[in-house]
Amino acid sequence: MSDTLTYVYAVAREVDPAAVAGLEGLGGRPVRTVEHRGVTAVVSDADRAEFQERALEERLEDLEWLAATARAHHHVVDTLGRDHLVAPLGLATVYFDDERVRAVLDESAETFSAVLDRLAGRAEWGLKVYARKGSPAAAEAEAEKPKSGADYLRRRRKALREGDTTLEDARRAADEVDAAVSALAAAVKSHRLQDAQLSGQTDPMVLNQAYLLPVERVDELRAVVASYQDHPKVRVELTGPWVPYSFAAAATSSSGGSAP
Amino acid sequence: MTGPSSGELEPRATSLFGNEEVALVDLLDRLLAGGVVLVGDLTISLAGVDLVRISLRALVMSIAPVERQGTLAERAERGDTPRNGAAAPKALTARELELGDE
Repeated sequence: MSDTLTYVYAVAREVDPAAVAGLEGLGGRPVRTVEHRGVTAVVSDADRAEFQERALEERLEDLEWLAATARAHHHVVDTLGRDHLVAPLGLATVYFDDERVRAVLDESAETFSAVLDRLAGRAEWGLKVYARKGSPAAAEAEAEKPKSGADYLRRRRKALREGDTTLEDARRAADEVDAAVSALAAAVKSHRLQDAQLSGQTDPMVLNQAYLLPVERVDELRAVVASYQDHPKVRVELTGPWVPYSFAAAATSSSGGSAP
Repeated sequence: MTGPSSGELEPRATSLFGNEEVALVDLLDRLLAGGVVLVGDLTISLAGVDLVRISLRALVMSIAPVERQGTLAERAERGDTPRNGAAAPKALTARELELGDE
């Protein structure tokens, strides 16, 4: 039994093997291509022990491993995505060898073609919207010391109420931005709101969307986002262009895929 | 592809052309919830996504206690932050993630 596996980063179309020359994947291993029926799998070797010997939980708990794997995966699809049409695979898809990859391409060539067709000429953009904290009213309320317990409670309730209002306003504004950007997009996907501790932001996140946007509409996207720059209730953050991670997922499954 | 804009509106142009600027949490959102999903020969079930969140939280707790003291203090006030030892974040996460999801 071989001690390497084949790790698949993405499927793509018309990738000249020379295009991946010098590209490094997991653990600095060289990236290569496996082509079959007009679809190219972008792969590298991967250490068998790394993917097999440790239990799932242990692996996912190992942040260093996770971060390194995610970064390596991203580096490959992102680099190739600059001038190729790519459909990135989910993290950590491994096969016993290249023959197995070829078999999967054989089985799912039509599915991959359909996914790639859908992604052609489009890129993914991320939009995160945060509620702006610290309204003047709240600051004012905290300026004076409460005179009594009841006073404290009254102020506390008022502050909470105002906090809720602020968050509601922020959500409303976020819905507006979302509607405006969605109108430009070919597809929309909602990601989970990131906990403040994960996002590294002190303002609460109210929207975390991904949009699949035709490349020619990027200026319109920027215009929409720019129009919210000085919004009193929300702060918007645009990321991208991304390779279309969020939109390669829907039409999948090698066994009778369910296209959207 | 470049446009005159400023401050936080500037998209991270690096996301296609460099890596380190991409926030890990944004990347994991995409890599774990997205991508073409194939059943590999060795299945790493991504049903374990929540475990990742736990890890990330543990990371944040371990590298950023100083800057986040405000937040942590608030949590402590609410009585939900025993932040000593590695096990603490793990025990908290499920609930906190629910909150983060709202």
